[in-house]
Amino acid sequence: MKLVRVLTVAGCLLTAGIASAQVPYKRIVGASSEPGSWLTYSGNYQAHRFSSLNQITPANASQLKLAWVYQINGRGRFETSPLVVDGVMYVTEPPTKVTALDVRTGRPLWSWQRPLPLLIKTIGFGPTNRGVAILDDTVYVGTLDAHLIALDSKSGAVRWDTPVADNNTGHAITAAPLAIDGKIIVGISGGEAGIRGFLDAYDAKTGKLAWRLWTVPGPGEPGHETWSGDAWKTGGAPTWVTGSYDPDLNLIYWGTGNPGPDWNGDVRPGDNLYSCSLLAIDASSGKLKWHFQFTPHDVHDWDATEIPVLLDANVGGRTRKLVAMANRNAFFYLLDRQTGEFLQGTTYAKQTWASGLDAKGRPIVLPNTEPTVEGNLVYPSLQGATNWFSPSYNPRTKLFYVAVREMGAYYYKGEAEYKPGTFFAGGGERALAGDKAWGAIRALEVETGKMKWEFRLQSPPWSGVLATAGGVVFGGSDEGNFYALDAANGKPLWEFQTGGPMASNPVSFLIDGKQHVAMASGHALFVFGLPKAPAPSKGRVR
Amino acid sequence: MRRSCKLLVLLVLGGLSIAAASPQDDLIAKLTSSEIERGRQMFVAHCAVCHGIEGTGERGPSLSHPSLRRVTDDKALFNLIQNGVEGSEMPGAWQLSEREVWQVAGYVRSLGRTTPVKLPGDAANGKRLYESNGCAACHIVSGSGGVLGPELTDIGARRSPGYLHAAVVDPASSAPEGYLVVRVTTRESKKIWGVRVNEDSFTIQLRDSGGRFHSFRKTDITQLKKDFKAELMPSYRDAFNRSEMDDLVAYLAGLRGEQ
Repeated sequence: MKLVRVLTVAGCLLTAGIASAQVPYKRIVGASSEPGSWLTYSGNYQAHRFSSLNQITPANASQLKLAWVYQINGRGRFETSPLVVDGVMYVTEPPTKVTALDVRTGRPLWSWQRPLPLLIKTIGFGPTNRGVAILDDTVYVGTLDAHLIALDSKSGAVRWDTPVADNNTGHAITAAPLAIDGKIIVGISGGEAGIRGFLDAYDAKTGKLAWRLWTVPGPGEPGHETWSGDAWKTGGAPTWVTGSYDPDLNLIYWGTGNPGPDWNGDVRPGDNLYSCSLLAIDASSGKLKWHFQFTPHDVHDWDATEIPVLLDANVGGRTRKLVAMANRNAFFYLLDRQTGEFLQGTTYAKQTWASGLDAKGRPIVLPNTEPTVEGNLVYPSLQGATNWFSPSYNPRTKLFYVAVREMGAYYYKGEAEYKPGTFFAGGGERALAGDKAWGAIRALEVETGKMKWEFRLQSPPWSGVLATAGGVVFGGSDEGNFYALDAANGKPLWEFQTGGPMASNPVSFLIDGKQHVAMASGHALFVFGLPKAPAPSKGRVR
Repeated sequence: MRRSCKLLVLLVLGGLSIAAASPQDDLIAKLTSSEIERGRQMFVAHCAVCHGIEGTGERGPSLSHPSLRRVTDDKALFNLIQNGVEGSEMPGAWQLSEREVWQVAGYVRSLGRTTPVKLPGDAANGKRLYESNGCAACHIVSGSGGVLGPELTDIGARRSPGYLHAAVVDPASSAPEGYLVVRVTTRESKKIWGVRVNEDSFTIQLRDSGGRFHSFRKTDITQLKKDFKAELMPSYRDAFNRSEMDDLVAYLAGLRGEQ
């Protein structure tokens, strides 16, 4: 009798399109060929945040309608990038909650919430979380009190709970973990708390630490000579945004944040490796294969934690395996992702701190651009020419779309005394605001870095972009506009006022065979699709 | 206010936050003269843009008073500097360490060790001048007045007398934020001007001189001119003699929000 009931329930679930999530590693490797789902933070291991769905086009985007809204009530910013697997959407809600939603209706299936200490430390950022990872039938989430949690994907029950670091010293996790073959990779926040950064890999089944790579080398390790005295112990270089992965090379690509303290470099002379760098890491051993430092001895908080996008393109007359990054310091970089060799760097936003890059990609820093006690106006602001929110790359057109912040700031230098678990920054900024700052979505030709088009935004954005094979780019604005642009020329196609500031990344997937897009805004998640009987598409398919 | 809200949002989103530090001890009495001087340097860098180089007030209130609004004791002053004032233009000094906040607080306290200067002018006569010269057509005081200009109910608590004087004789020198004059030409060649009350990347909303709201999608506009130099308020430089100007400033400086 009981068995019959179970079978009946299972049958109903399958009929309704909800099946238990089974996401083996190979399925994530092939994520690009399964556009109906969204299996990993950036859509695929290459971090393209590109959907090969093509039902929504420039010709019909104006017909997009709200499908459903899911509202949250937690404290903090709703910055989640949802995963969609077999009829279930997994979102994280601030401060540390995971909810599984029926993707057809937005109705919750289960929720898990971690009770947090009353005095949780989020030094340098607000209480937020940007998403989960999924592998096999387990969902993984990092928490503000720096634990990595494995949850049963069907019920939200805790499978294991591993402490990653101590929140009392300012360590926290806001980034979505990255699930690879048998391992969960997780980065750490705390760049304004004087932590010593690291990147961890945990056994997906047991939660045991597989390896740790310190992003500030200790005594005797290569790179330690770029620090003096004990400065390395509070050297920062956090790993607070999800990286990318090349399954063929078995290399993880992960960016690192600012050296500590942020704006007073006097106490840490030297290049301060591996802060503000891109690291290529052997996924099996955790050993560093190569590094590239974008901003040596950074004093403007220009973290290099922007998404490293893996792509193959023609540079210097031959097709190469590349990694591209639109860096917070306003330069767009192309590196050889096998060797780390610098190939190209071009500005994509206003900057006043460097006259250019030398042959090896090292910035040629202009004089008098450091923070001062009186304040020194430099572009970009500490929030950068872009930030944690994702770019998008269309491998078919080789266009790289990035949300840009055109904003300068007066940078101040202050004292920097380290006390565990307190703000360790050595200064700050007063950013230009109002009509003196603005934003844009820019399409860059990846092989040259040249801008193909720009769509101007009222203010510097805090949201990423999603390009689709239908020829549409989706994004969000600080004023709550969820919008669609023509991917070929940047012209606006559609816009919906969500009623709250947006600080998240869009994703696309199928509901009952129909393409939808979702994005968090304010304290709600909005899902849009075409009407049930859309007009025949006349749009271009790229 | 719009600006300070944005500032706070920037801090939270951009990888910064106000650490939850609390004043351990009242340290002002223990500050050395060199620490007070260090506080002065930081005040000039971070605070003078609103409160004036000497703390005599500009866009922000004067701090040259023995007692300060919202400040009951030194710890309250510390908290106010560190965390700002929610809902006001005063941001928190997230970029300063706890000790630096104490040093700034010490300097602010030193500003108050002066004899307050009594304003010349007759506030009662200033009120009559305000009412008889049409000021209320554009400004609200205690619930009454027009909406084209900013409300003045507590302007005396937020702006220094010198700033208020300058605002009356040379309004362009102190154009209030959030009162940008925009001129719109629609596809139907209709021309409308007013004060921008909101704008996003796709729409703009304005209020005309009659107080009516207008909403436009930018795709329906052929020209959108933002007049950053335009000032709706005329200069009253020649409308009042020196004594009358003192009276008007005394009246405005006395508007402190009390009912």
